[in-house]
Amino acid sequence: MFPEVFETRPIRIWLDNGLEWIVINWGDSFEAAATPLLWLLNGIEGGLLTIPWWIIIGFFTVLAYLSTRKATLPIIVLVSMLFLGVMELWEDSIKTMALMIAATVTAIVFSLPTGIAMARSATLRKIMTPVLDLMQTMPSFVYLIPTVMIFGPGKIPALLATIVYAAPPLVRLTDLGIRLVDPQVMEASRAFGASPRQRLFGVQIPLALPTILAGINQTTMMALAMVVIASMIGAGGLGYQVLQGIGRLEVSRGVLAGLGIVVLAIVFDRITQSFGKQLEARIGVGRGRL
Amino acid sequence: MSDLKISMQGVTKIFGPEPDEVLSQLKQGRSKDELQAETGHVIGLNNVDLEVSPGQLHVVMGLSGSGKSTLIRHVNRLIDPTAGEIHVNGRNVLEMDMDALRDFRRTEIAMVFQKFGLLPHRTVLDNVAYGLEVRGVEKKERLQTAEKWIATVGLEGYEQSRPHQLSGGQQQRVGLARALAMDVDILLMDEAFSALDPLIRSGMQDELLVLQKELNKTILFITHDFDEALKIGDQVTVLQDGAVIQSGRPEDVVLNPANEHIEEFVADVNRARAIHINTIMETGDFGPCEYSVDQSACCEDVLPLFAEHDWVGVTDDSKSVIGKITAKRVIKALARHSAI
Repeated sequence: MFPEVFETRPIRIWLDNGLEWIVINWGDSFEAAATPLLWLLNGIEGGLLTIPWWIIIGFFTVLAYLSTRKATLPIIVLVSMLFLGVMELWEDSIKTMALMIAATVTAIVFSLPTGIAMARSATLRKIMTPVLDLMQTMPSFVYLIPTVMIFGPGKIPALLATIVYAAPPLVRLTDLGIRLVDPQVMEASRAFGASPRQRLFGVQIPLALPTILAGINQTTMMALAMVVIASMIGAGGLGYQVLQGIGRLEVSRGVLAGLGIVVLAIVFDRITQSFGKQLEARIGVGRGRL
Repeated sequence: MSDLKISMQGVTKIFGPEPDEVLSQLKQGRSKDELQAETGHVIGLNNVDLEVSPGQLHVVMGLSGSGKSTLIRHVNRLIDPTAGEIHVNGRNVLEMDMDALRDFRRTEIAMVFQKFGLLPHRTVLDNVAYGLEVRGVEKKERLQTAEKWIATVGLEGYEQSRPHQLSGGQQQRVGLARALAMDVDILLMDEAFSALDPLIRSGMQDELLVLQKELNKTILFITHDFDEALKIGDQVTVLQDGAVIQSGRPEDVVLNPANEHIEEFVADVNRARAIHINTIMETGDFGPCEYSVDQSACCEDVLPLFAEHDWVGVTDDSKSVIGKITAKRVIKALARHSAI
């Protein structure tokens, strides 16, 4: 046994009381600050639910065609999404999709500037790397409990937990993509008198785009991986079906909803990946996928 | 000094965390190797002086690690020197703030890179127009200018291609067109042809000379290839370990190498092509001659003539005879160092 160095109980009590104090005094402010996220999520969800199913399926099928210019992927996408409808999973799928899209959009808004800033400042990278490690490895239940305490069960903590888990790969890949831009091209751009802004938007971001897109792909995948956990604290959708399946020992419900998540993952993964490949081919850099 | 396009005085560049400390030791006369081993600092350039007059094609030559790429990057201040002065177009480059420097790079100087440095996500047309775009030239005008220069370097029909679809030689033509489209007096060429195949390299050298005759730019050209330096250079500066060891006309360097290092370089050079006859001819009037050549001819050109003639006359630009050249002189010049 490791000898007791000092009593740790006070620390734990202090932490618990601190959180309680935050909940009591700041709970409302936090909730108010997070309402835009709720609007975003509800907006996307409401919007997608009012659009007829065939338009949505058509949209993704066309998108799949545009991303590959071949028949295979559109057919896969069409069949997969029809499967969702036929198995009476359509509404739940849309809710899950809305959560994933809202999380991805928010992650992009925060991750791109962070990644770009990290690529430019070694100090910031040193600070952010352990933070990102923490975000990715800390078991999500650990931060779910305080978020639920602050925001109450519902969509906001579910969305926040999804963002925390899904954003790090995008930050990392944005940083990596920008740093991987050929230094010779950067030097040429400097030699012609390009300002930092011209270099960022004219050279670095366009050349890092395939890597950034790989990051967005990762973010969508990780957001989907979180939906079951998110449903525990109030997100509906496929994750909730899985949860119910487990609770009621209804294997069929769990399996079908689980397959639904896989279908969404395949649709989003293949489409974003194909767009990434298209972009790489246009630029002429075959960067290994990470 | 103001009539020089580029001038550098006592430029020293030390890479490392404490360049000033090492600089003072270097000035006390300690050797580069010693300081490098002791302090871990790399001395890129050591007290370099360089003068380039308008319209000159000035070649800086040296082996890899001699500091030549560092040197050319000082001219447009892609690298800041540790000490020394740099004037371009009569202006002190080191006194410019970031805005002035950016403006200077946009309007007074252009650069061609060894690995081309093209923007892979843009078409050839947009690549050539890049410098003008950065300068803020309106889209229609810059694309017109770009088209003109694409035609000049012989890439018509490739306007909408992407750089990776082109061969190395074509890519460097894009790089050259991008620099020329800037329409500036000073061109920096950093081993511009070194990455190309020998045949293509030779072709590009010829084209550069043709263009230069027409455009009369001031060109600072970096190379590690002595033959290239001799072929295109009006003036050659040889760099070794970051210091200038010889500067002069190409044939002066071939005929009178300053040290063993240059002699080694010169050993492989095709001397018959490098040495122009005006440097070895006898001046004076030697009576009517059966055959004459222009003074800019090189030994290679006159050698076949000696099969028929004992000597041939040498004429100046106005075609009047100014001297003669004999087989003996040519042989002597060609054999000079190999004989020792």
